[in-house]
Amino acid sequence: MLLLENVRKSYREPSGENLPILDIPRLEIAASEQVVLRGRSGSGKTTLLNSISGLTTVDGGRIEINGRDIVGMQEVVRDRFRARHIGFVFQTFNLLPAFTALENVMLGMTFTGQRPDASRAEKLLADVGLAHRLTHKPAALSVGEQQRVAVARALANQPTLLLADEPTANVDPAHQQQVIDLLRAACEREKIAMLLVTHSPEVFDQFERVETLEEINHAVAEAMS
Amino acid sequence: MSFWKIAWRNMQQRALASSLTGLSMALGVALMLLVIVIHEVTVDHFSRDAQGYHLIVGGSKGGDVQLVMNTVFHIGSAIYPIPYSYYQQFVDGAYAPYTAIAVPYCIGDSYHKNGLRFRVVATTPDLFEKIAYGANDDGTDMHYEFSAGRNFKAEHFFEAVIGSVVASKTELKVGDNFQPTHGMSSSGEKHIEFEIVGILKPTGTSNDRAMFANMEGFYLLEDHAEPLDKDSSEHVVSVKPTGPVDPDDPNRGFQPLPSERRAVTSILVRCKNDFGMMTLDQKINKGKDRTAIAVKPSYIVQDMLDNIIGPVQIVLLVLTILIIVVAGISILVSIYNSMSERSHDIAVMRALGASRTAVMGIILVESILLSLLGGLAGVLLGHTVLAVISPLVEAQAGITLKFWQFNQQEILLIPGLVAFASLVGFLPALTAYRTDVGRSLGGGR
Repeated sequence: MLLLENVRKSYREPSGENLPILDIPRLEIAASEQVVLRGRSGSGKTTLLNSISGLTTVDGGRIEINGRDIVGMQEVVRDRFRARHIGFVFQTFNLLPAFTALENVMLGMTFTGQRPDASRAEKLLADVGLAHRLTHKPAALSVGEQQRVAVARALANQPTLLLADEPTANVDPAHQQQVIDLLRAACEREKIAMLLVTHSPEVFDQFERVETLEEINHAVAEAMS
Repeated sequence: MSFWKIAWRNMQQRALASSLTGLSMALGVALMLLVIVIHEVTVDHFSRDAQGYHLIVGGSKGGDVQLVMNTVFHIGSAIYPIPYSYYQQFVDGAYAPYTAIAVPYCIGDSYHKNGLRFRVVATTPDLFEKIAYGANDDGTDMHYEFSAGRNFKAEHFFEAVIGSVVASKTELKVGDNFQPTHGMSSSGEKHIEFEIVGILKPTGTSNDRAMFANMEGFYLLEDHAEPLDKDSSEHVVSVKPTGPVDPDDPNRGFQPLPSERRAVTSILVRCKNDFGMMTLDQKINKGKDRTAIAVKPSYIVQDMLDNIIGPVQIVLLVLTILIIVVAGISILVSIYNSMSERSHDIAVMRALGASRTAVMGIILVESILLSLLGGLAGVLLGHTVLAVISPLVEAQAGITLKFWQFNQQEILLIPGLVAFASLVGFLPALTAYRTDVGRSLGGGR
């Protein structure tokens, strides 16, 4: 479902030197598989997620999603592909403050090229227990509710891959498990593969497959050595 | 969700800034609208004033502009008169074959009240019966009508009618008498009284601000009769009634002034056809008799519009366009300044699959929406201002402002604003296009 081969990415330092961030010989995730990616700060977690979603272009290698290499895609095609096949859950939820909960979910449907389905958006919000909060704006929602809206938005287009960037980092401990349960249940129900980035042991202990970025990313390994 | 809705929500999020920006656009558009309407009203007013006849014939010494200003707009000092016999040529003389109607004007008297001065024009009833003062939208003539009373009668020497503005300013009404003052100064000698028998409905012409006395009575006033001996410089007085006066005589015992002692200031001439107009123009202006000149008032008015009103209107229009440009720049600044705070939102939309051109489009739509809403508010504001000042202008100047009518320029305003907004929104839209998603989402490496 997701295949990374020889993915390389570096940033140019102000001194002019190239700083390698990603050098991943191979990473593969099967359809519907749920994988945790752990790694210390600065190990390239966010760059990896942005590369997989096509928000950041890589210097080389292949990133295949559903058998299609997104590296070679034109940007506009990649954007549309991202809208249709990849769901995002961010650490800071990233709900747009001007929009209601329902509109935030529908916003996730806006860029697929198809007409947003309001009834599906309502159902997704109902599934995460927010049927009574459809018209509330993010400022009127609790942190836990905001994260649930973010989950509903990520599922809006029935993606095949869900990328979650430390989704529990800003949620109080009492609600962290709820978020994880919500994500896992939704991915199981919708048969979505999930790559979840976290450094919380309470979270990665629950997953069968845990990848450590320092091990799969040779750029980090070289920097450490 | 449409780009319009996304842009609308963004505007709602920054309601105060959006409102102020829209307001500046609204004020600019309202000002522009007012200038356009004032221009149209002015042109219409000036043009209408010179309708209903083809030529004005007057003394050759004053010049054509003075003749038109005097006769049409009731402005300026009286011009040199021409003999009554000259006027008679249009009635039953050499010029009659080409003339449909000729209406004489005698001016030189005035009426003063409440610090205001109104010109008294002596003429014949034909002015209101046979001359139109404008044209309706369907091309039919607009004839004078009376809001009270009737036209004066030729055989009642001391009857007069007054324009609508005169009536509202002086509070004179039908049945009242007024005394014209000799000359244009308020300190001039007071003449004997005229009775007001009619008040004209507003026409939107300068005649709303004038008083029209029967020419027969005018000739009988002090100093209005021409001397019997043209070379004499002695003080000239009119023929006064002799013997007892019948109290029921509307003419107070006066007899008509003999035509050889009469003069007219100007003559409004409606020709039978274009050939008649050309012939009269030729005969009067290029013949041997240089007593008078004939001018086409529409030409003079057009000249005035082109050379006096036109440049002023252009300056006003340029100023209002500058105001709209400033309003447009305020839209640019407002959206551009918000770009750093909304780069995060743009990055989120990009993460959700929005292309660079999509986020650029959303910003452009926001700029267009701000301009359009501000522009529409401006159109509404402009028409509201016109509606508020319309009765005031009508009372003061006799001009009817058709505040409910939308003109062509206003319809052009919409695509104009869209193009303008696209222009001013381009820079912030480009910033949106170039947003660094990774950095704006706040992620590290």
